Amino acid sequence: MTWTSPLELVRDALRGQRARDKDLRSLVSNLPYEGLEKGKQPNRYFPGNAIKTTKYSLLLFIPVNLFEQFHRLANIYFVGLAILNFIPVVNAFQPEVALIPICVIMSLTALKDAWEDFRRYQSDRKLNNMPCFIYSRREKQYMGRHWKDVQVGDFVKVFCNEIIPADLLLLHTSDTNSVCLVEMSNLDGETNLKQRRAMSGLCNTDPEFEPESFNSIVVCEKPNNNLNHFKCFVEKPDKEKVGAGIESLLLRGCTVRNTDHAVGFVVFAGHETKSMLNNNGPRYKRSKLERKLNIDVIFCVILLFAMCLVGAVGHYSWLQALPGVPPYLVPDSSGHLNSPSLSGFYMFFTMIILLQVLIPISLYLSIELVKIGQIFFINNDVDMYDPDTNSRVQCKSLNITEDLGQIEYIFSDKTGTLTENKMVYRRCSVMGTEYPHKDNAIRLAVLEGEETEEDVIFDQKPQPTKTTRSLDGSLEGNNFVDTRQHHRGRRRRKLSRSASTDVAFSSELETEVVPDRMLLQQLSRAQSSSGSGMIDPYLDFFLALTICNTVVVSMATAQRQRPAAASDNLSYEAESPDEAALVHAAKAYGFILLARTPDSVTVRLPSGKELVFELLATLTFDSTRKRMSVLVRHPITKEYVLYTKGADYAIMELLGTPYAERLSGNQKNIAADTQHHLDCYAKEGLRTLCFTKKVVSEKLYESWSVNRQRALAAIENREELVMDSAVELETNLSLLGATGIEDRLQESVPDTIVALREAGIQVWVLTGDKTETAVNIGYACRLLEEEDLVINMSCKNKLLCTSLLDCTLEEVRRYSADPRNVDTTPDISLVIDGRTLTMALESDLRDRFLELAKCCRSVLCCRVTPLQKSRVVKVVREKLKVMTLAVGDGANDVNMIQAADVGVGISGQEGMQAVMASDFSISHFKHLRKLLLVHGHWCYTRLANMIIYFFYKNVAYVNLLFWYQFFCGFSGTAMIDYWLMIFFNLFFTSLPPIMFGIMDKDVSAEVLLGVPELYRTGQGAGEYKFSTFWVSMLDAFYQSLVCFFIPYLAYKDSDIDVFTFGTPLNTISLFTILLHLSIEIKAWTWVHWVVMLGSVAMYFIVTLAYSGICITCNPPSNPYWILQSQMADPMFYLLCIITTVVALLPRYMFHVLRNSIAPSPLLQARQLDRMDPCAREQWIKEWRSFRGSRGVKCSRFSTPSSSNLESPVDIYPQSPTVSDMGDEFTLNVLTDSCERTLHT
Amino acid sequence: MVKEVKELVNRPDNTAYTQQRLPAWQPMLSAGIVIPGFVSIGLVFIGIGVALFVTSQSIQVLEIDYTGVEQSSPCFKCSDQTGKKCDCVMNFDIDSLFKGPVFFYYGLSNYFQNQRKYSVSIDYNQLTGDLDYFTNPDDACFPFQNDRNKPIVPCGAIANSMFNDTFQLFQLVNGQKKEVPLDGKGIAWWTDYNTKYRNPSVTPLRNAFNGTVKPPSWPQAAYELDTKDTSNNGFINQDFLVWMRTAALPDFRKLYRRITEGDYASGLPAGNYSLQIAYNYPVLSFDGRKKVVFSNVSWMGGKNEFLGIAYLVIGSLCVLMSIVMLIVYAKFKFPEED
Repeated sequence: MTWTSPLELVRDALRGQRARDKDLRSLVSNLPYEGLEKGKQPNRYFPGNAIKTTKYSLLLFIPVNLFEQFHRLANIYFVGLAILNFIPVVNAFQPEVALIPICVIMSLTALKDAWEDFRRYQSDRKLNNMPCFIYSRREKQYMGRHWKDVQVGDFVKVFCNEIIPADLLLLHTSDTNSVCLVEMSNLDGETNLKQRRAMSGLCNTDPEFEPESFNSIVVCEKPNNNLNHFKCFVEKPDKEKVGAGIESLLLRGCTVRNTDHAVGFVVFAGHETKSMLNNNGPRYKRSKLERKLNIDVIFCVILLFAMCLVGAVGHYSWLQALPGVPPYLVPDSSGHLNSPSLSGFYMFFTMIILLQVLIPISLYLSIELVKIGQIFFINNDVDMYDPDTNSRVQCKSLNITEDLGQIEYIFSDKTGTLTENKMVYRRCSVMGTEYPHKDNAIRLAVLEGEETEEDVIFDQKPQPTKTTRSLDGSLEGNNFVDTRQHHRGRRRRKLSRSASTDVAFSSELETEVVPDRMLLQQLSRAQSSSGSGMIDPYLDFFLALTICNTVVVSMATAQRQRPAAASDNLSYEAESPDEAALVHAAKAYGFILLARTPDSVTVRLPSGKELVFELLATLTFDSTRKRMSVLVRHPITKEYVLYTKGADYAIMELLGTPYAERLSGNQKNIAADTQHHLDCYAKEGLRTLCFTKKVVSEKLYESWSVNRQRALAAIENREELVMDSAVELETNLSLLGATGIEDRLQESVPDTIVALREAGIQVWVLTGDKTETAVNIGYACRLLEEEDLVINMSCKNKLLCTSLLDCTLEEVRRYSADPRNVDTTPDISLVIDGRTLTMALESDLRDRFLELAKCCRSVLCCRVTPLQKSRVVKVVREKLKVMTLAVGDGANDVNMIQAADVGVGISGQEGMQAVMASDFSISHFKHLRKLLLVHGHWCYTRLANMIIYFFYKNVAYVNLLFWYQFFCGFSGTAMIDYWLMIFFNLFFTSLPPIMFGIMDKDVSAEVLLGVPELYRTGQGAGEYKFSTFWVSMLDAFYQSLVCFFIPYLAYKDSDIDVFTFGTPLNTISLFTILLHLSIEIKAWTWVHWVVMLGSVAMYFIVTLAYSGICITCNPPSNPYWILQSQMADPMFYLLCIITTVVALLPRYMFHVLRNSIAPSPLLQARQLDRMDPCAREQWIKEWRSFRGSRGVKCSRFSTPSSSNLESPVDIYPQSPTVSDMGDEFTLNVLTDSCERTLHT
Repeated sequence: MVKEVKELVNRPDNTAYTQQRLPAWQPMLSAGIVIPGFVSIGLVFIGIGVALFVTSQSIQVLEIDYTGVEQSSPCFKCSDQTGKKCDCVMNFDIDSLFKGPVFFYYGLSNYFQNQRKYSVSIDYNQLTGDLDYFTNPDDACFPFQNDRNKPIVPCGAIANSMFNDTFQLFQLVNGQKKEVPLDGKGIAWWTDYNTKYRNPSVTPLRNAFNGTVKPPSWPQAAYELDTKDTSNNGFINQDFLVWMRTAALPDFRKLYRRITEGDYASGLPAGNYSLQIAYNYPVLSFDGRKKVVFSNVSWMGGKNEFLGIAYLVIGSLCVLMSIVMLIVYAKFKFPEED
């Protein structure tokens, strides 16, 4: 050990801090320094891989935890009071005793914290001790070590199915293509395999990979939590820089799949890894109710001060009025009496101590407990469990359950939220000709139909290859299905319910396409005519379908370590479901994607020939360009070909020369025809994609690729440079065709939307889709109704936008002024596109837009970017001061989810980013209905009532002491034993309100779902209004007056002593407070009975035991035998009975009269609850039809158990634009009639 | 099959409890249901009220104020005296038999025994006869803890301010004074006398008090409270016990004696009586009043009309309310009946 000066240590620490804070980090291999002391290690400044997520250490637990707890204002208040009690001139109780409440609460909290921390410690230790292999120079091999031993700069070897211990820059893999497949579901939830590519040329790899030969410097960015971006370059000894991105980074927490082993260089370790930086734990939001509650707590403080002031002034005037020095006035330490004014001043503080319980400190703890209980019930709801993905509702935010009951605006994503995001190829248009794929449509319609008919139709399927797999049910087939079932996410419950054939069908739904006969003919004609040249638009179209994507091909069985199966068991791992659908479609036409490596794509043509395309570049999709391209070299023609696919508006403006000049003439209007088809697709609700081809000259390619390399190696502005280089190439495209992909509506989406709307919630759908597509889906999911007044706002410039807005507003006002539209939501819907939205949200138009939006029943925003989504949410939330909920499933919804009061993530096909950013995660949109209408309502009413009751309880109890002050010269005497007072709050009356907050059920789930209007009771101010608070405060004052003065009058002029007087008061108070709760409890289960009767029993047992044992303890109360003697006195019982009755009579009467004269909707609903289910349903129906035509239209009262399987096909025929497409486009009518025939 | 099992791992238990479907009783508060309840409660209350009221009416109470503030009062001469022994005599008549057993109370008004600092000024450990606390009384007793460095026993303000007027009651029979025997036993709580308060087990009792002083305003030490009866002496003196149980309200009475013996066991017969008062306790410093109260008791304690009236009022109110309810019931139809 060498001695280092403290100065040196400080300097070293500072240097370390600087090294960590620098924007770029330079890392070198640790191997040359192996065995040296720590001070000589080059990477010593960067943290090791051991993680510590615990907050406390064993030694420092108490001080650190105390420090944490004192951050809470309430605790400081409590301790301040306890300290105040130690000052002799002001103390009200025994000083030591006054510490008990704070000690109990703080030790309970500390216990909870300690337990949580211990759990974290255990999981940390487990993680830190996971095994891994680190290269050691001394041993010349990989040594088994633990995760915690990994350091930045080490070389770590990971094997198949192992979890990666730190963020590794991939240097070598066992794969010949230097590819390593990883599963990142731990991180982002996406279950498809991701391909990572090793950086080459940095080490000797022949014949063995030698880490020791690594002598470059890795320069990388500062650690950040972005899972999809990583910027780094490696500087070789010869100063050559090689860029690397996320595609070469193995992230901690991922699992290596399909790759025997891989070696990586540790760039980030421990807490600096991306997975750890993403791991923020549960978030804490403050709910609306809690914000209101804090205001009421402030009112309580004011009330407390007022009461203390009364006490102080009262004491002063009482002393002032005394003619002499009475024997009962005790002089203080100096032997003489304080002046009345000083005594009054001291009395103020004594009163604060005496009446401290007025501020409900235990309320915060109780609320936390109640929310834990509420979350337990939400989590355990079997109706919101999805058996396909085996997932329940998850509550990520622990403290906003009650906000679910107050939602006024819902902002929903479309794709993946309303729709399944399960893409089904429907039709295509090639070179201006439409191919409607009727057979395919029939097949899809049948799959939706009854199970019995499925087999029949399936046998008739023209493609024999598919029947073998789906019907024979062989082991491989089952395994295949099984894997995919587990792997690819949810399946329609209906289809996967029982037999294995159903499971097979469900995968068929997406993957199998019945080719269009016309197109097949066209294709075979093209093949024969083009010969080996392969220059034909049809062939190119399918090649584009096959190649232009990032789909990874894996042997379906290999991936989960099953023995290899038949060779055509290809499984496509696509990042977006569209791509998979297209590849499957191409496969149906014989263009089979066989393999994809970083450098090549192998395609089998219908002729059986396999072509290997050299893959030169992949210009990945981004939301600005809205397109992606691949640049390949054709193996036969040796041409450089760029295939681009993208949104029609992103492609159409880039079109250059029409396809292949020799096909000129009548083909000139391909673009126009295709655009027409695209519009029709969109109106039908299909997602459209355009495909183009471009032949790039060799010269152009070479100059471009240089630029491209430079862009890729850049660290500054890399994204922009890479995008610019992509844009540079994507010009002058020739249109090949377009596809229409159907994204099916999720189960019960229309029902859910109708129910939410009836619940008084405005539903906004924000989508990136085209207006036509969005409107169509809007009709399909009943966001828009046919008789609605749909306002379509789309304008190019601000001026137009302003005048349009004014006009519409005027019209809407006139419309809603019409006496016929008295309902709260007029039937006006607004459709607005992204560009107009941007203008409308500018500060000068914002108010007008919001006013318009307020009048609208639903709003559909199309073509909006993620940022716009969150902006809309923010503007609505802040300007209209409403409770908002955002629901979405993809990464593009994250902003919106975070901006809303409540964010709901749908764990769907698009990964888990949305879920991770959300407060609640569900697996289907339809679950939102129960989550809001039932759980939201329950949580809100429960908590609101519990809080009001809590305030009432404390005031009612503490006021007893206050009234007594008028009879003891305002001297701060408590007539109730202090221990019993503590027990009163801690044991006798603490459990019932908590149970009330967790378990009370005002209306049953069935009725809440059947009558969504009940939800409106929670919106806006809801049940927790200021008036409610003050009414309960007044009631508390009244009750405390009764509880005090009836015994007072009864015992007046008698020989009663202080604590004998206090005992009946305490008992009466207990009965009053508990019976008050009994009036409020709506449904009594056995739990309620046990808790309520248990509380009373506990009171008597504890008090009897206490006053039976305690002879000299706790002066001055001296409770010995007091309750016993009281209980032997009939007066005690007579007092208890009459006082309780008088105290509760007004509230009881109020409830009875209100229930009889003007029953609230909730009460009527409760009456429904008491009917038997049949009568109830009948009644709801009648009630709804009475409410007018709108009610009839949506009179579907399915209880959640009777699942509502409305097939999407049924909904489509309403689309109003079907007819204008001519005979070819009568698809929906056709399916409809087809289904009808099948059923009959 | 394996898949099935695996899938169910995360499935919530479908029990009535977790699904919040526990069978529940849902009371509905509405006029129809509460009418019979109100009528029955009202009738029961009226019954109790009548019983209480009648009982209370049967109790006789005789109060005699002897503060002596008024010049006409025989005790006027004593009222301004402080500390000096002064006797006065109050005469009163009883028209009819005052049924026994008669309880003899003294009453003080405007006397705040519930003052916080006053009511904590007591050392219970000392009063259980623990000699350690004789030499070292609790701080709560301050400033009646030590007197010139000698511990005060019994310490504290409550003990120090003990009421020390004494009374003798005579019946005037043919001009002769016939003393009415007063029973001073059993006037304190049984538990106070037997458990809470104990004399130190030292005989004679006065030895236990060596090195201590009496409370400043006491005329005699604690062991001299009742020199005739050792079972009523020291800390277990019944008058002391009664005083030490601090009154809840500023106007209070405390039991002084019971008249249970001799000719007066069945009550005080009609006649002239004379109450001889040893007037010691000053009350003018707090505008207080002193009185003696003769009362007989019933099963519900002393005379108290309030509770009976309260029961009657609330009972009638309930009945009235049920009539209102009936009107409401008739006027507003109920959804169930629709």
